[in-house]
Amino acid sequence: MGFIEPVIGGLLIGASTAVLLWGIGRIAGISGILWQSIRGATSAADERWWRILFVIGLVLGPLILVQTGFHSIPASSDASWPILMVAGLLVGLGTRLGSGCTSGHGVCGISRFSKRSIYATLTFMTTGILTVTIIRHVFA
Amino acid sequence: MKNFIALVSGLIFGVGLAVSGMTDTQKVQGFLDLFGAWDYSLGLVMASALAIAFPASRLIRGKAPFCAAEFSLPTSTNIDAPLLLGGALFGVGWGLYGYCPGPAIAAIAYGKAEAVVFVAMMLIGMFLAEPLVAKKVIKGGEGV
Repeated sequence: MGFIEPVIGGLLIGASTAVLLWGIGRIAGISGILWQSIRGATSAADERWWRILFVIGLVLGPLILVQTGFHSIPASSDASWPILMVAGLLVGLGTRLGSGCTSGHGVCGISRFSKRSIYATLTFMTTGILTVTIIRHVFA
Repeated sequence: MKNFIALVSGLIFGVGLAVSGMTDTQKVQGFLDLFGAWDYSLGLVMASALAIAFPASRLIRGKAPFCAAEFSLPTSTNIDAPLLLGGALFGVGWGLYGYCPGPAIAAIAYGKAEAVVFVAMMLIGMFLAEPLVAKKVIKGGEGV
């Protein structure tokens, strides 16, 4: 278990949310940004492009790290394709219904002491822990 | 300028996710494995992100954003059914595979079909949630 990498990574994530808030006054909530970049409630191009570019940056960052040899690609999960697909579906459904994910609720929301985000984070942490406990220790 | 700032912010976020270990699904599942061989190191990701985000949001919100007229922050304070049900479903999906939205998108950089399929399914899930959100089948508020 390395501790330096999670700390550096976390500091960068925090810095990224600060850049977005300072620069354009927005919350770096990734599920919301992804959704609005594709099917925004506000169809104004100006409101869509920054989101598309944020998503591009999200892929470009790790791509640069891999290409420059600073980061090695993590091993693939041994979960089956149907499990992966159900998981993806639930993550999409849940984050849209719950208005946010680990970034929007877990980092940005909690940093603003948003009551909704604190409840949401406690909820997804709990069901995430329960799910792993069940698949690793009950059905294993 | 607005778009450039978003690109830079996304880039830093993506680098942060990759460096932190959040794009490693087995490590994420290890973090959620509280009652097994718990790998608590990923808890430091949220802690150190908050160590920056908390003071930064206090400082930044003192004046107007650099490239926008005002801050667009969620205003809802209701703890309602969609928030909790959505959070619960998201957690199950996160635990099942180990990707939350950011890392799933970032992992596309690895050229893995898994990440692409995961993000595609995520988008389908978001589309499926749309009638529930739009028609207020389940009453709820917008915003984070």
